This record gives sequence, structure tokens and C-alpha cells, in this order.
Amino acid sequence: MSNTVIKVENLGKQYHLGKVGTGTIANDLKRWWHIARGKEDPYLKIGDVNDRTQKSSNNDVVWAIKDINFEVKQGEVLGIIGKNGAGKSTLLKILSRVTAPTTGDIKVKGRIASLLEVGTGFHPELSGRENIFLNGAILGMTKAEIKTKFDEIVEFSGVERYIDTPVKRYSSGMYVRLAFAVAAHLDSEILILDEVLAVGDAEFQKKCLGKMQDVSRNEGRTVLFVSHNMQAISTLTTRAVFLKNGKMAGEGLSAEMIQLYLEDNIQKELRYNGKILSDKPSITSVCIVTSEPGNVHIHGKPLQIKFTINTPYPIDNSALSFQIVNLRDVSVVHAWTFDSDRPMLRNAGEEEIVCIIPRTRLYMGKYILNVHFARSFGAEKFETLLGICPFEIVMYGMDREYKWVPDTCVYLEESEWVINKRRT
Amino acid sequence: MNNRNEQWDLIIKSKNNWYQINLASIWRYRDLLLLLVRRDFVAVYKQTILGPIWLFIQPLFTSLTFAFIFGKIARISTDGAPPIVFYMAGITLWTYFADCLNKTSNTFIANAGVFGKVYFPRLIIPLSVLVSNLIKLAIQLLIFVIIWLYYFNASNSIHPQWSYMWLIPVLIFMMAGLGLGLGILISSLTTKYRDLTFLIGFGVQLLMYASSVVLPISTMPDKIKTIMLYNPLTSIIESFKFIFIGSGTFDLVWLLYGLCFMTILLALAIIVFNKVEKSFMDTV
Repeated sequence: MSNTVIKVENLGKQYHLGKVGTGTIANDLKRWWHIARGKEDPYLKIGDVNDRTQKSSNNDVVWAIKDINFEVKQGEVLGIIGKNGAGKSTLLKILSRVTAPTTGDIKVKGRIASLLEVGTGFHPELSGRENIFLNGAILGMTKAEIKTKFDEIVEFSGVERYIDTPVKRYSSGMYVRLAFAVAAHLDSEILILDEVLAVGDAEFQKKCLGKMQDVSRNEGRTVLFVSHNMQAISTLTTRAVFLKNGKMAGEGLSAEMIQLYLEDNIQKELRYNGKILSDKPSITSVCIVTSEPGNVHIHGKPLQIKFTINTPYPIDNSALSFQIVNLRDVSVVHAWTFDSDRPMLRNAGEEEIVCIIPRTRLYMGKYILNVHFARSFGAEKFETLLGICPFEIVMYGMDREYKWVPDTCVYLEESEWVINKRRT
Repeated sequence: MNNRNEQWDLIIKSKNNWYQINLASIWRYRDLLLLLVRRDFVAVYKQTILGPIWLFIQPLFTSLTFAFIFGKIARISTDGAPPIVFYMAGITLWTYFADCLNKTSNTFIANAGVFGKVYFPRLIIPLSVLVSNLIKLAIQLLIFVIIWLYYFNASNSIHPQWSYMWLIPVLIFMMAGLGLGLGILISSLTTKYRDLTFLIGFGVQLLMYASSVVLPISTMPDKIKTIMLYNPLTSIIESFKFIFIGSGTFDLVWLLYGLCFMTILLALAIIVFNKVEKSFMDTV
């Protein structure tokens, strides 16, 4: 494949945990001694997988990323997704040569410009004009290049009026606009972006996304893009790499990777089990009664959601509600019950409260529940449960002429069609 | 294998050879160097009334202070030259070295923010310091030359060695090389263990007295004189004084020794710097 512009092979990066400077001089000497005798680095063999939630096993060496392999083709926009600490930033840092990898290598064709932060090297005392030149040069442009693009940059940023004012007088929005404008006009063949779109107001964000699309589609440049914004990933990128605990958990079409990433985020337990508290009311369990086993439910069939609540004392005016949320974090359904509707939890003890949805109209896809339980409407919340009881809606037995395509809508409305002849 | 024939513009490897120093990339970033120099000057004198005039006032005051303290109060031998000319000669060159050393010695720590976000040849930063200070040196030299010309006309205690004048740029070049070499070496050594940074301020001061900036080596016993000459700065400053004033010791052999010293130090420092810049973000 001759049009591969980035080739990452067996990439790994090791970090030492804990404070630098405690006991490291001894380790340094030991390592130096091993390498001096032509032996292998004694610290390269050990090392835990990068998982910040786990207490390390008396081992202060971790692999931030390990065994990363992928290729990027000319003109492709590759998304890199994963949770915080999955190794995305480490990967970008190595790609942009801020730090060197511990193992493996990367081969690149063309000039790389990386944008891990907007406004790197901005000097507060200098004017916008002076900072455009300085920042542009830091990002790898020559003075002549910046000069030819200067007007374009200023126009894009929309801070023309303040271009000769020191940037320390800028509002933070103006600062970011100017900084992004410089970066957006970089002339490199490969552009690396880290979450920089998360700044600025909605209008400017839209402008940035537009510019990004322009860069990849019309100018044929290759872009590597990291974001937590799945909307941006799905609109901008065609392919994505999914990182999990420093390893490649998947590589493929963006839509598929986003699905993998989102599914990975939800809890695996099909039902929620809480504790009985002696001093405070609590939800002891939540479960979904689906038409099929394993929390799989057929569209159109009745769905039951059962809550059991324990209270050590009577509550006068309690309120219970839940939301059904899809994987894009959109709340699709909100249902509630108040004490005024039907008395509940008026005595100490445990009660089961059931909500019945007679015909689920949710479209095929995966959903989770958010549950809110309060003393009274709008008052102190006893409990809020987020992302519990994952379930899936399927369209089995609902054949139609064309295949059902996921993600076309969030729910199906009952509808009737009429054809009226106007002319023959 | 088809892959072998492919042309890659850049290969990021886990292991790099110590001699891989990309001078071409430094040249490609020359505009950045100039813009950084510009920033150093423009940013400092923003929001001052006198603005760039401070560039002249600062070195003038420094020289006057030194001339007053050493010439009028301490009354140390100046080899028969007017004290102010004698001290300014030493201090002008010394200040260049000291400024370069001080500012380059924290290259990594002071620029960690920028270095952590974007790649450009790291050597650009210390090189820009060298150039900024070179401009300051030019201003200081100008002041020195004015005073020197005044005394040259007014008294006959100054005997410039016109035939050696061509050596002045070489002396400045050697000072720059030594300042840069020592500075980036210290900078590279202090990314992980900061201990050395505490010694720099003190060390530079001590070095000044060990470099015959204030005390001419002609006043010293032979034994100490030889030891002092092993310090390459001594012969540079002595030569500078000799060329302008006619006093002091001048020996081409020692100067040549200094040049070799500088070349080796600089080469070593650049190799170490180059190695450290690859992974210092993990330890800084």
C-alpha cells in the first residue's frame, strides 16, 4: 500500500508511577549498569496494564500504551476514542514527537503538525498580530507562509478589531478563537488534533468543524482526531481506533467503534441491587421485565420496570421517576409517580413499585435507566442512580420490505398513510 | 519486501543513535528563532515609558557600579589602565557569558509547558537566547567603545593592539559556545534531579572571580596563574583586555586550548541535550 502515510508498529510507552526522585537514582544506576554491559533494561520486562481504577500490585511501572498497531491512509480522517486514561493523549504525544516511545516505531510521510492545545507559546504581553506570527512559527510555519495567510487567519478568528491589543486583554473566547485560527491554517500534510473543538461558543465550534471537514475533504490532508464528543467523531471521521486501558480494543468504521465505546461505558449488571439502610430510605433493587431473557425486549410488547424501596420511617410526599436514556446520552422517556397520584411509602418497610409501559415504541438499540427518588417533588433526593439496567430493544418479527437500520430515529410513532389521487 | 523501498519522511523510533542530530530541521525553524528573539525584546519593554532606551541604560548602570566598587573602593590593580575601561572590558564580555549560561541552563524546566505540547527542535530555544544576548552585547560593546575612545584620546595609558582586533569576533564566538555548552549541559542534567540548579547562581559568581574579570592574572603568583589559565574563560577575557587596553596576558596557545575546550564541551552538550529532549517530558 503506497498511500499509507502513518504506520504505527508495536508502539508502547512505559511510565513510572510515584514521585520522581524517590529511589529513582538507584534504579537509574541499576539500569545504566545493565545497559552498559549490553544487557536488557531490567525495568522493561515488568509493568502492569494501564488501568487507573485498579490498585497496582506493588509495581510502580505501567504501560500507558502497549502493542499499538495501525495505519492511516492519505486523506483519511481517523478518530481516536477511549475513556480518560486509555492512552489517547500518550499516543498523540508520541505521534507529535513530544515524548519518545519505549518500544516500537512510527513511520510518517509528510509534515506533521500537532495541536494538543490551542495557543501554545502565546505571550500575554504581545499583540494578537505578534502572537499569530510567534504561534505560527512554533507550530512549524515559516514567516512567509504566515504572511500570506495572515488576513485569512484574522478573518477566521473574528477578532480583527483587537489585533493590535495585547492578548492578555482578550476575553478567553477571543484568545481561543485567535489560537485556533492560527492552527486551522497550518499547511502540513498531517494534522493531529486533541479535543481542541471543545472550546469556544457554539457558533465558533460549528465553524471549526466546518473547517476541519474542509481540510480533509477538499484539501486531501490526513487528520488524526481525538475527542469525547461522539457526534464530532461520527460526523468528521470515517475510521476510528478504540483504545481501552492502553491497548487497542478495536479498529474499524467509526460507527462501529463508537458503538463499542459506548457499550463499554455502561454497566454490565442487568439489574440493580442496593442496600437496606437503617437511617435513610433507599432503593434496594431495580429490574426490567423484558419480553426476552437477558434484558432483550421486542419492540411493541409491554415492558415492566420494578422498583423495590425500603424506608425506615414513613414518608409523606415521596416522588419517584426514571428516564430511559439512549447511548448518545439523550433522554428518550421520562416517567414519574408522586405520592399525590397514589399513596406510597406511607409506612416503614419495603414496597414494590411497578411501572408498566403497555407498548414500547422505542426504536431498536441499547438503552439505560436513570432513576431519581426524592422526599418530595423538587426536594432533597434520597437517591439518584445513573446508567443502570442496560437493555436492548430489538425489532424481531417486525419484517418489512427493507432492512431495519440502526440509529435512524429514537422511537417509532404509530402512523397511518393515506393516498389521495389528485389527477389522473 | 515492498515496504523496504518505501520512502518515509520521518521515523519515530524508540531507540535513537546518539549522533543523530538534525541540523537541517534547525535551519527550517530559523524563522521561529528570529521571532523568539523579537519576543524577548518586545515583550520586556512593553508598558514602559522609555521603552528600548532601557537597553542602553541597564548596561551603562551595571558598568558604572562595577567601576565604582572595584575601582574606587576596592582599589585592586588594573595593570595601569583607567579602572572604568579595565572593568568594563571584562564585564562586557563576562555578562554575555553569564547571561547565556543563566538563561540556557533552565531551558527544559522553563519551557516545559510549550515543549509538552508541540514539537520543534529544542535547540532553537537556547540558540535564540544566544542571539538575544548577542544584541545586548552589541549595545554594551558600543557603550564600552565610546568610553574607551574617550580615554584613548584623553590619556596615554591605553595601548590597543590593532593587529589583533580581528580576534574580537572569535573571542565572542568562544564565549557564546562556552555559555551555550555549559548552559544546555546543565539544563539537560537538571530535568530529573534539580539539585544542580541551586548551585548555578553561586557557581557563576565564583566563576567570575576565577576568570580574571576583576583580578588580572598578572597580580597572581605563578602557580595560581597556571591554574586560572586552565579555565578557558580566563584567556578569553585576558586577550580581550590585551587587545583593547594593552595590559594583561596574551597567549595564542592558551586561546587555542580554549577553542578546543569549547568545541569538545559544545559537542558533548549537544549530544546530551539531544538525548534528553526525547524523553524529558516524562521526568521534568
